[in-house]
Amino acid sequence: MGAFSYFPQTEEDIRVMLERIGVSSLDDLYADVPADFIYKGEYDLPSAMSEQQVRDFFEGLAAKNTKLKVFVGQGAYDHYVPSVIPYITSRSEFLTAYTPYQCEISQGTLRYIFEWQSMICRLTGLDCANASMYDGPTAAAEAVRMCVASTKKRNSVIVSARLLPHVIKTIQTYAKYAGINVVVTDKVAEEVAEGVLDLAGVIVPSINRFGIIESHLGLADLVHQMGALLVEYCDPSALAVVKTPAEWGADIAVGDGQSLGIPLCYGGPYVGFMACTSALMRKLPGRIVGQTVDASGKRCFVLTLQAREQHIRREKATSNICSNESLMALWCTVYLSLMGPQGMRQLNELCYEGSHYLHDALLATGQFERVFDGEFLKEFCLKPLCDVQKLQQALLDAGYFAALQTEDGYVTFCVTEKHSREELDRIVEIVKSVK
Amino acid sequence: MKYYDKLIFELSKPGRTGYSLGDSLVKPANDGIKKTTHGSSFADLIGESPIWRETALELPEVSEVDVVRHYTNLSQMNFGVDTGFYPLGSCTMKYNPKINEEIANLPAFTGLHPLQPFHTVKGALAVYAGMEKALAAITGMKHFTFMPCAGAHGELTGLMLMREYHMSRGDLARTKVIVPDSAHGTNPASAAVCGLEIVVVKSKEDGLVDVEALKPLLGPDIAGIMMTNPNTLGLFERDIKQIAELVHGCGGLLYYDGANMNPLLGVVRPGDMGFDIMHLNLHKTFSTPHGGGGPGSGPVGVADKVVPFLHIPHVSGFHGNFGIILRAYAYILMLGREHIKLAGKLASLGANYIKESLKDCFKLPIPTVCKHEFVFDGLLEDNGVSTLDVAKRLLDYGFHAPTIYFPLLFHQAIMIEPTETESLETLDAFIAVMRKIAEEAKADPELLHGAPHTTPIGRPDETAAARQPILKY
Amino acid sequence: MSKIAEGLLYSESHEWVKVDGNVAIIGVSDFAQSEMGDITYVDMPDVDDEVTAGDDFGALESVKTSSELIAPVSGKVIARNDELENKPELINEDAYEAWIIKVEMSDTAELDALLNAAAYAKIAE
Repeated sequence: MGAFSYFPQTEEDIRVMLERIGVSSLDDLYADVPADFIYKGEYDLPSAMSEQQVRDFFEGLAAKNTKLKVFVGQGAYDHYVPSVIPYITSRSEFLTAYTPYQCEISQGTLRYIFEWQSMICRLTGLDCANASMYDGPTAAAEAVRMCVASTKKRNSVIVSARLLPHVIKTIQTYAKYAGINVVVTDKVAEEVAEGVLDLAGVIVPSINRFGIIESHLGLADLVHQMGALLVEYCDPSALAVVKTPAEWGADIAVGDGQSLGIPLCYGGPYVGFMACTSALMRKLPGRIVGQTVDASGKRCFVLTLQAREQHIRREKATSNICSNESLMALWCTVYLSLMGPQGMRQLNELCYEGSHYLHDALLATGQFERVFDGEFLKEFCLKPLCDVQKLQQALLDAGYFAALQTEDGYVTFCVTEKHSREELDRIVEIVKSVK
Repeated sequence: MKYYDKLIFELSKPGRTGYSLGDSLVKPANDGIKKTTHGSSFADLIGESPIWRETALELPEVSEVDVVRHYTNLSQMNFGVDTGFYPLGSCTMKYNPKINEEIANLPAFTGLHPLQPFHTVKGALAVYAGMEKALAAITGMKHFTFMPCAGAHGELTGLMLMREYHMSRGDLARTKVIVPDSAHGTNPASAAVCGLEIVVVKSKEDGLVDVEALKPLLGPDIAGIMMTNPNTLGLFERDIKQIAELVHGCGGLLYYDGANMNPLLGVVRPGDMGFDIMHLNLHKTFSTPHGGGGPGSGPVGVADKVVPFLHIPHVSGFHGNFGIILRAYAYILMLGREHIKLAGKLASLGANYIKESLKDCFKLPIPTVCKHEFVFDGLLEDNGVSTLDVAKRLLDYGFHAPTIYFPLLFHQAIMIEPTETESLETLDAFIAVMRKIAEEAKADPELLHGAPHTTPIGRPDETAAARQPILKY
Repeated sequence: MSKIAEGLLYSESHEWVKVDGNVAIIGVSDFAQSEMGDITYVDMPDVDDEVTAGDDFGALESVKTSSELIAPVSGKVIARNDELENKPELINEDAYEAWIIKVEMSDTAELDALLNAAAYAKIAE
């Protein structure tokens, strides 16, 4: 094989460099490696492809995916993606930059993170936010750790059973190895009131996995009386219209920014967010950007409160997190800048309209039974009276991913502002046809 | 780079919009829905209830062109790999190929919901299968999980697997993990998050783990050892065979921190060195872009004996960062079995070349052949000029500074990693500038104390930022 | 050369102790503050917390580092210098004025393990 476009070194260049170093071949640079560790022979990889071959290869794989219209949520929402966003996020000064440790040449990154932090605070109503986490579920797990770290000698956390299953699983995973006692329950307030646990924190959903908007009247007071912290897991898109964590009296808010215009992308990359009251600021994990001035008085931004982080505090750090989801935070920041308060409001109205239209029309087919009475925004669950397998297949055949079966045996639907009346009517027609 | 001082909130004016949405999904069938105005609660629409938001949501009201200009101007105050040389040690800032971006943006991939039935996502599943096979071939590990979203996340996952292995054998006393004193901060931090205690093993004068210091640390309470190889000084831990025997001998497992995998790409496989669990940083070794701090991906690979536990830790929401995995897969296919053989070697070539070219101006504590990176301990004749001053002055010359003040073993550490995607001309330009800075240190140290001078801002007051934090607009 | 105040006892980890009856008033030495540079935050225990000699009871933070505070004696925290919450720089200004916590000692014999000013001077060069 000849020259490779990612390796600029010519034969001559290599010769010059070897000479400066004082060795005669590239292999000499590995003379200190035990000989039997040096891999002999060919790696079991395909032969190097050309760009066009790579394109063809992935087009081939892409063709093996079925193109479907998505009418399911459960933690990944098919919202409209404004055309502007990918043009901003693919700018190479953003895309190919590293963590902004050298702030004098990273003001771009630092400023958008500051804007992201500010917007997360406005959405949640809380005082401070970090630069992002991996995703909503890991942010929830870190919030649980933060509760234990912030309350002395307490090691138990109550987790609402109505959080999404993958959120609960992630919390349980982190808690298991940290030795944190997790109690998953449907009756959160009752469990708190029992007062038997060494309670550090309680985590509840803003909108639960059935799509119902929960009321947490009195919960924050109860939790605080027990000396514990309240965490709320939220959909940031919905926070434009539903009561905020701050309004409920929560201490910490977490969730996933995927619903802020990030493509579904088979589950990632998404972006977790975490916000808290000012009293908990120094317990926040992850990177934080702060405002300051330079020597000539110019406003500028830097990574701050770094003494909490792994590269300084090592095993006593608030978390081990290093790389987070910075570019996705930019994605969301641009999204929120474009949407503004009007857009976020209108979007939620459209979701509400659409989901209620579909919900009522589906009930009218007689193929489902109503389960919940509470208010919902875009997602809802119904109890199927028809054959679920046949229903799902009929929908798939028509190009719709809908009626996902939940672990309780319900089927779930989600309608967003991307969808049209025609599509909703078509779904209803298909449902009617299932025997 | 020009100083642009706006924040998006400062461009806001009531009545401006930057979005485009339809008016109604379902009209006229449902025209009981009233049109509402910004500022009023959803309660006006639906009816009173404690579940609706009360405080008005304040977000910028900006037109599309202003959003585009604002973020374009912000981007022009940033430095990326595409801008210039970025020799950050342990970060592997290699070129991010654009074919990766094209592949990752194919709608047939970006439109997939993570909970779709498997038979509708055969292409996505083939990506995971293909990547696992390729990474297994490259690393010598058996199977991989792709759930971790970053290197530190992979470390955490790997340590969870280490604990699962021991717990399955009823070996509950293994609560400690050994970490070299040169380790990245993420190693002890990950161990702490995983409920393990750290035991530090010292390095010798030559920068390598001290095997004699390791021996007394081994015992039935050791879950394993975390190692980076080459280590954070860019040196190959040549006693790794003996270290593996010792740690396995006491019943522990070996964890490989893949942050420094780059020089081994196409040369050595961690699995062949005796490692049982490892993570890779796709956003380092496998060319996916750093994004200003993520998204990354930290797949974890395991040897046979750990395979039964791979599915146990559920460390993230769905299937990991699929978009990043796609990019890495495209990169591996472009490299192929032919070019991969040169990747690691060319990375080591560049690092050694810079080291030899500058060792007469900078202190080189460990003069032996390095791999992909090496450490200087400040200027030979510093004249009161610190590593920080040198780093800041480099910015004036259009280079990103190397990693500074890490590893902690050397007080004026400058860790340089060029990667294999840099030309000889770039390396020579960097060398020339470093020599110039060494001269400036002797002739005009004040110039360096005050650097950078040509960037949009000068050195920030970080003390004020930490003492009186302003974390939002 | 860092300042060393007379009449105080010192630990090897650079904390100072002023003995006031049964109470130990604890701070960090001038050497410690100059090593840290600008202190940006002091992580302190709460009143009524227990501290144990040899264990850490908090930390000093600067922009780029953090340093554990090691308790020179055991006992119960009876007071905490809340001024340091918003003005951590008081320690940089005068390390011997800016006390951090006051501890009601559980075992005054622990004071015997500490260094006097002369002995401390040898390690705080």
